[in-house]
Amino acid sequence: MGFDWDKDASGIVTITMDMDGQSANTMSEQYNRLMTETVARLEAEEGMTGVVIASAKKTFFAGGDLNGLLAQEVADLEYFTGLEDKKDLLRRIEKLPVPVVACINGAALGGGYEICLAANHRVILDSPGAITGLPEVTLGLLPGAGGVVRLTALLGLEKALPLLMEGKPQSPKKALALGMVDEMVATREDLIPAAKAWIKANPDAAQQPWDKKGFVHPGGDANHPRVRQIIATAPTLLIKKTRGLMPAPERILDVAVNSMRMRFDGALRNESRQFCTLVPSKEAKAQITTMFFGMQAIRGSKFRPAGDPWKANCSAVLGAGMMGAGIAWAHAARGLPVVLKDTAMEGALKGKAYSEALVARQVKQGRMDEAKGASLLGLIKPADTDDFEGADIIVEAVFEDIALKEKVIPETFARLSETGIYGSNTSTLPISILAESCPDPSRFIGIHFFSPVDKMQVVELILGEKTSQDTLRKAYDYVKQIGKLPIVVNDSRGFFTSRVFGTYLNEGMELIRDGMNPVMIERAAWKIGMPVGPLQVQDEVSMVLAERVRETHKALDARLGIEDGFPVKNEGSAAIAPKMVAMGRGGRHYGGGFYDYAPDGSRSLWPGLGQFAERNREISMEEAQDRMLYRQAIETLRCLDEGVLRSEPEANIGSIMAIGFPAHTGGAIQFIRGVGLDAFAARAAELAELCGPRFAVSASALDKLRAAASARAA
Amino acid sequence: MAEAAYIYDAIRTPRSKGKADGALNEVKPIDLVTTLLTEMQSRHDFDTARVDDVMLGCVSPVLEQGNVLPKIALQKAGWDETVPGAQVNRFCASGLDTFNTAAAKVASGWEDLVCAGGYESMSRVPMGATGGPMAEDPETNIVTGFVPQGIGADLIATIEGFSRDDVDAFAVRSQKAAAHARDSGWFDRSVVPVKDMNGFTILERDDFIRPGADMQSMGSLKPSFAAHGAMGYDAIALAKYPQVEKIHHVHTPGNSSGIVDGASLVMVGNAQVGKDLGLTPRGRVLAIALTACEPTIMLTGPGPASKKALAKAGLTLDDIDLVEINEAFASVALRLQRDLDVPDEKLNVVGGAIAMGHPLGATGGCLVSTMLDELERRNLKRALICMCVGGGMGIASIIERV
Repeated sequence: MGFDWDKDASGIVTITMDMDGQSANTMSEQYNRLMTETVARLEAEEGMTGVVIASAKKTFFAGGDLNGLLAQEVADLEYFTGLEDKKDLLRRIEKLPVPVVACINGAALGGGYEICLAANHRVILDSPGAITGLPEVTLGLLPGAGGVVRLTALLGLEKALPLLMEGKPQSPKKALALGMVDEMVATREDLIPAAKAWIKANPDAAQQPWDKKGFVHPGGDANHPRVRQIIATAPTLLIKKTRGLMPAPERILDVAVNSMRMRFDGALRNESRQFCTLVPSKEAKAQITTMFFGMQAIRGSKFRPAGDPWKANCSAVLGAGMMGAGIAWAHAARGLPVVLKDTAMEGALKGKAYSEALVARQVKQGRMDEAKGASLLGLIKPADTDDFEGADIIVEAVFEDIALKEKVIPETFARLSETGIYGSNTSTLPISILAESCPDPSRFIGIHFFSPVDKMQVVELILGEKTSQDTLRKAYDYVKQIGKLPIVVNDSRGFFTSRVFGTYLNEGMELIRDGMNPVMIERAAWKIGMPVGPLQVQDEVSMVLAERVRETHKALDARLGIEDGFPVKNEGSAAIAPKMVAMGRGGRHYGGGFYDYAPDGSRSLWPGLGQFAERNREISMEEAQDRMLYRQAIETLRCLDEGVLRSEPEANIGSIMAIGFPAHTGGAIQFIRGVGLDAFAARAAELAELCGPRFAVSASALDKLRAAASARAA
Repeated sequence: MAEAAYIYDAIRTPRSKGKADGALNEVKPIDLVTTLLTEMQSRHDFDTARVDDVMLGCVSPVLEQGNVLPKIALQKAGWDETVPGAQVNRFCASGLDTFNTAAAKVASGWEDLVCAGGYESMSRVPMGATGGPMAEDPETNIVTGFVPQGIGADLIATIEGFSRDDVDAFAVRSQKAAAHARDSGWFDRSVVPVKDMNGFTILERDDFIRPGADMQSMGSLKPSFAAHGAMGYDAIALAKYPQVEKIHHVHTPGNSSGIVDGASLVMVGNAQVGKDLGLTPRGRVLAIALTACEPTIMLTGPGPASKKALAKAGLTLDDIDLVEINEAFASVALRLQRDLDVPDEKLNVVGGAIAMGHPLGATGGCLVSTMLDELERRNLKRALICMCVGGGMGIASIIERV
């Protein structure tokens, strides 16, 4: 165990990494000790002709210690020096006087691939699990163990930049084609012999190309006209994408470019310096917390009730409108047969045509072969009768009308298989009320898909009062079965996503009422990283629809004998949207809304919005930006506090992937943590003072966050 | 001011297309400069040892424009070996900056006779040849929010409400005025034909001007910066100008300054040196000014610089007879006109860089010669010269005929 040392008769030393007490090799204290000892021994070894680095684990090497990185609050000089010492081990490996070969038997990501880069030659196993890459950027970090500098030197700037700045892991074939690895073998047993054969054939290949005199980066050095052009445009292309909100890819770009302008050891040191700026950044904490640990929790079914895995074998989707058609596609795309039912066959066929168009496009783009496309479409059976006896899951996606749903649900429930579950796709209707129409409310659950279904990854699962844990378990597995991420919430008007999304739209309209220039409102949203400005997105979802939802809630209130049952008073929307609809400006679909739409597809803000300005307050960009972020974060916090949301990871990932809350923040709750709880409370209080109680934050809700953080740290 | 700074002469080469098919492409950058040094000496037949310094602007002072070319050119032209030389780079203001510095040196009393001007063979050392951190250091590029100046020009047009027709009309005006001036011989005093070693003429007069340009031909040109804008530069600029919904890309090769080859040389000295050498002053420098403003829009500096110079000289625009704004882009000139409220008849009366081209480092010197010629021809007194400059800078000079 540890790092196994084996020297063969020809003088080749094979180091097999097999770290104690863990299923994967990682960059831990144990690694430091083992690697330090091993490198010293290799340097001292007599009669050595080559070195092979291999792994005894299922993966090659799993990379850095993310818990450690998350806990690292400062990166001081001591941290920097420690990092330099660790990197020096890899430098010493590549400076050994004999060829060094890495045998990549499984995933080599991050630090794992950085070890491989220090070798002179990389042999990979042709296995789906043997992915290589530097995903640090997705964690708000940069590859700090030589990855940026070495990959740039190995592949040249143009090829290295996308790998470094997007961080996407590559399959063995792709890695070979890109030059990330040099050789591919068919079986695990072939790895070490291939490595040794290469050493024997290349006994003089001990020096890295970048340590040879006269080394020029592949594709040209930093002064090559083509490379200069790449350098000059890369920052702009990046900022267009990140809006300057993500420091990691900026640092990576700077390290990579400047690594070509200085000596190799200086470049490695500069990489460490810049790594130190990212480690304590709130962006890195956000990415690690949400995009790694949060995703891991949801994908690992942390929020699913215990029990056997469940799989749906046949399904039905009721209503072949836009949502139903999209859900049918999602089923078929993952091999789940589906009956797509509408009241008339014509509608059902139209719903299936949606999938036909998607298949045709993917075939045309070469992303799907025709046979696969045909079999996928074969799984969708259009129907105008309830021809789905024994379905494991029925998802009704009929029009968002409570009476209609109450009619459809009892009519079709009996078609379920004995163990099947029944889901209602709704964005706003209370599940517990719909469940009353269901013969067995324990098998009934809300399944809120987002549009367009083929692109949106999140599905919101809503528990009615009587929904059983068994049904939740099945629904959770169903959502994962069709390749989506389940976010589980408790029943409440607007659930989590619609409720919070509404606050974003409302804040845009509140800013109009305050007298802010609408152009600046949209720009403020751009600056904070919202995918689409509040006015544009309101046009997309249409104010006609928003009005219908408001009517639905009024009707519900009347039925329940309550007033204002919706938990949020969106006064801005209420003040503006009905007037817009009355003026025939209901949204894009209705020919225009906040924007005018030209026939060429361009849009410009409608000049008439000034009439909605009720106040004439000077609103700074900073205030507008804060209001749009804080309003969503505060409503998310209320959902968490009220128990509508059940966990922070679900709040964070749901807010990013369903609502479009800016990803660099790590989600709506992580945003609060990034600002700092006290600073957040102080700013929220200022905004409440300026704009009213919609910005009020309850101290107990923040206390709960504080307590959760200390519990995690303990 | 201790000493009056007199302009003893201002000359320039003709300007020609700064691409491989331009007439001056076959002329070395150093020979554009030696042509003018030789002409200046022979025209006035003076002892070059009296020259204290020769500073010439150049925006791409690398490769064959590098090496402190002005000093090397002095040697090649056979000027006295005691004359020092330097190249100066302040982006597009380089040429005018050497003129202003020459005036300041003379005014200070510490030097008597200084030559200024500039050179730029854009066909042989293309724009951007120097590289530099502005665009090519990613960290700097991002921190400073780099955008190309054409985006700034289009942003000015958008904010000021200049339509495509407005900027095209200004360009047509420039072409007509420049063609008329050239064909009437109004540039002949300043323009020095470029000849080869045999004395055979390579280029006698400006040949970049398009006298036939009209609104129709202008209107057919495609916007130059729309693609840049879509690539991300518009978004970066708009982040600083959140009140602007979108940038209208109105500038084309037709209403922007031309890329040309050319050089200029101006001689500035005090009264005594003129007497000593038998030189007659053509004008004097009243005030100079430099400013810098918001660097993303980049090109709004001429107004503030001009106001600063006017204040220094104790003058108002009413005291100025002619205003020359470098036509980097039509919107820059129109914005300056609005900033200072310049009547049409005073503004760029013989056309500008849209018609004749903008040989970056040399242009400032060209503008001085044009204004001197025109003040003399029209028997007027004062001219204001101003330019927009990379990085948001602005520069201005006020000269007066004596």
